[in-house]
Amino acid sequence: MTNETARQPSSIELDRRAFRRQQATRSVLLSVGSTLLFAAVVVVTLSLLPGWPRVRDTFFDLGTAAQAWPRVANGFLLNLRVLAYSVITVSICGMALALLRTLRSPVLFPVRALATGYTDLFRGTPLIVVLYLVGFGIPGLQGPRGVIIPTEVLGTIAITLTYSAYVSEVLRAGIESVHPSQRLAARSLGLSHGQSMRIVIIPQAIRKVGPALMNDFVSMQKDVGLISILGAVDAIRAAGIETAKAFNFTPYVLAGLLFVLLAIPTIRLTDWYTARQRRREQMGSIV
Amino acid sequence: MSVLRLEGIHKNYGDAAVLRGIDLAVDAHEVIAVIGASGSGKSTLLRAINLLEPIDDGQIWLGEQDISDPRTKADAVRARIGFVFQHLNLFPHLSVIDNVTLASRHVLRVPIAEATATGMALLERIGLADKAQEYPDRLSGGQQQRAAIVRAVATNPELLLLDEVTSALDPELVGEVLELVRELGAEGTTIIMATHEMAFARDVATRVVFLDQGVIAEEGTPAQVFGAPRNARTKEFLARFTA
Repeated sequence: MTNETARQPSSIELDRRAFRRQQATRSVLLSVGSTLLFAAVVVVTLSLLPGWPRVRDTFFDLGTAAQAWPRVANGFLLNLRVLAYSVITVSICGMALALLRTLRSPVLFPVRALATGYTDLFRGTPLIVVLYLVGFGIPGLQGPRGVIIPTEVLGTIAITLTYSAYVSEVLRAGIESVHPSQRLAARSLGLSHGQSMRIVIIPQAIRKVGPALMNDFVSMQKDVGLISILGAVDAIRAAGIETAKAFNFTPYVLAGLLFVLLAIPTIRLTDWYTARQRRREQMGSIV
Repeated sequence: MSVLRLEGIHKNYGDAAVLRGIDLAVDAHEVIAVIGASGSGKSTLLRAINLLEPIDDGQIWLGEQDISDPRTKADAVRARIGFVFQHLNLFPHLSVIDNVTLASRHVLRVPIAEATATGMALLERIGLADKAQEYPDRLSGGQQQRAAIVRAVATNPELLLLDEVTSALDPELVGEVLELVRELGAEGTTIIMATHEMAFARDVATRVVFLDQGVIAEEGTPAQVFGAPRNARTKEFLARFTA
């Protein structure tokens, strides 16, 4: 390496570098130009449409947004709480289900069959139905007198039921995609089944399915907004109240924006993490 | 006292009989080369010894213990035996030093500092100390195999099993791996290796076992087996390598 840097590159190489720099500048300019053009087309087209002023006032009114902000933001905190609980419970339940489904012992057939049935059932059922069943069904059972289960707990249960099924399938795919020789290598070192899973298989599985897994979690972030149908005043329900008060849909857009802002860091974080892993563990560049 | 004793090992895959009565006793410090055509049962035999394949008949004794007894704790047995495969031995998500110290830390429960010191000494020895923090994919195939071999001996196993450790390597990388095996053998590690490297088997092995259609067709010192094979199948097999 040190020899290389000390060496003066040939004139051909210097030419090539100059050409590459020129190409790089060109592509930056082109992309800036095309972005500006695209934005201009969108803005002009919208402003030319006859209904645009009306749509703008109904959906993107800053005054209404400012008025709705405190209540929507407050509601959003409820979404965040449910999300925080759900991320933990879904991770645990999803992993447990995935591990159950990868067990091979014949004695455990019923466990495996139950886990399979569970994922089939809850991946097929619309979340909204699960929310109604849990949200109104569980309180309807009339358990111990005087015990009222908070809506956020019910919401967390419903979301966990549905999303554990999705996440477990992604994790199972990851576990099964790790080359069998890795399992053999782990076992031949004397690691137990559990240790092989924990130290060797699962870390590799999660790396392989990282993006797919994050997809499910981002999807879950916004589905947390569905708990509003249980009557909890979350961001969506708060937006609904404000919309009714102002007769203007901007509060919904505001709530939507909050969910987007919540999702973006997660998405970027995953991209960054995946890229870092690849740089560190894999050789060379990817063509 | 043998390190390992095999008595009448049988193994079937469905209707195919892969091992048909293997008897073999291995003493301490022996280096056994198991040779034979592909499909003769070399890998199956090694995997059976490490309990990665359940056998269908016979007994395997590791020291005084019958490890083919189903009541045996397989993990504990495997911790006493080192095993290196053809390829994909190392765990790609762990650094080289973490790979080498894994069994010490998690199976033998050696303190991390101690395990790391032992691991670094081993890497030093194979000239890979500067790669300790790298990930396996950054190493050449030969470096990976040498790291896999020192990982297998890091826990001082009673027996080292090598399953065609050079088969997946470029010819120029084979030498460095075989050199390490030669050194380990010279230091007294008991080794059973399945190999296609006939010259190496002749030079390094203390005993050569020729496996043919699931039985030991011939065994003896390298001089006997390579110099004056008695069995017609052995002659035929070796002729292909010397031609």
